[in-house]
Amino acid sequence: MGIFDYFKSKSAPTSASVAKDRLQIIVAHERTKRCQPDYLPKMQQEIIDVIRKYVDVGSEDVQIQLENTDDCSVLELNVTLPEHN
Amino acid sequence: MAKIIVVTSGKGGVGKTTSSAAIGTGLALKGHKTVIIDFDVGLRNLDLIMGCERRVVYDFVNVINKEATLSQALIKDKRTKDLFILPASQTRDKDALTIEGVQEVLEELSKEFDYILCDSPAGIEKGAQMALYFADAAIVVTNPEVSSVRDSDRILGILQSKSKRAEENKEPIEEYLLLTRYHPGRVALGEMLSVSDVEDILAIPLLGVIPESEAVLKASNQGTPVILDTASEAGIAYSDAVDRLMGEERPLRFLDVQKKGFIKRLLGG
Repeated sequence: MGIFDYFKSKSAPTSASVAKDRLQIIVAHERTKRCQPDYLPKMQQEIIDVIRKYVDVGSEDVQIQLENTDDCSVLELNVTLPEHN
Repeated sequence: MAKIIVVTSGKGGVGKTTSSAAIGTGLALKGHKTVIIDFDVGLRNLDLIMGCERRVVYDFVNVINKEATLSQALIKDKRTKDLFILPASQTRDKDALTIEGVQEVLEELSKEFDYILCDSPAGIEKGAQMALYFADAAIVVTNPEVSSVRDSDRILGILQSKSKRAEENKEPIEEYLLLTRYHPGRVALGEMLSVSDVEDILAIPLLGVIPESEAVLKASNQGTPVILDTASEAGIAYSDAVDRLMGEERPLRFLDVQKKGFIKRLLGG
């Protein structure tokens, strides 16, 4: 690396490093989706339907996530309830 | 028993057929009886890259449909001993390929050949899935460019879930990264993903890096696999890749820009 590069490197990341960062994020995201069991989207929808039978929430207020660790999978359910009933 | 190797990528135009022709020729040059099958039904091009387009009489689909025997359809390469090509059909579509039909042909070829190279079509649809289904090993051809890397990761997912080995819970397909159209000068300038960037993202063993080279277009113009151009960087890089596929250690070449003088380096020109 030359003297000029030394100053340049401080100002802006190179386009290749931007590419790498973007790829790492999207690939990691797509890999977690790939590992999901086939029934998950349907189960997710049914859980949301059940909750909405009792509470008036929009589908975007219910978040379901499956996280895989080494020896177990955790199904995380997050419901944002409306402030007033 | 032949080893079945699929050359795949997801994305089109990254160099699957060029790589299939080069690696297939390289394996045959080492004395292994090798057949390269073109799985790109409807868009065959391996015949053109191998320079045998005028010798195609019967094709892969004819064999599957029992309209021709394997020995009628196989084209013996004129340059390289122990090398054969099984061309794809140009008039049918990918539905002409069936699991049973492909399996039958592969089993018959297995009796006679050491290596069966499956040149996959682009995409992740039926043609690509047929090409990888029976594979023992996969060469994932990737360009140092965002869409190609992403598609390669997608195809790795399919290799790990939709292949015969995956479905039968057998030992997984061996996966190898072949980075093509690499431009060391642009990597040095930070304009192109480096070998280690792509390795970090895909996390599979590296089979080789093929530098961007004028020799590749020249070879395809002439219908000669580029590996036979032993004076070209691309040809040498493919030879190294074949050696590595055989389990030999070969240092990577052509990854550095030519050395500059002290003053130029100081100024970073």
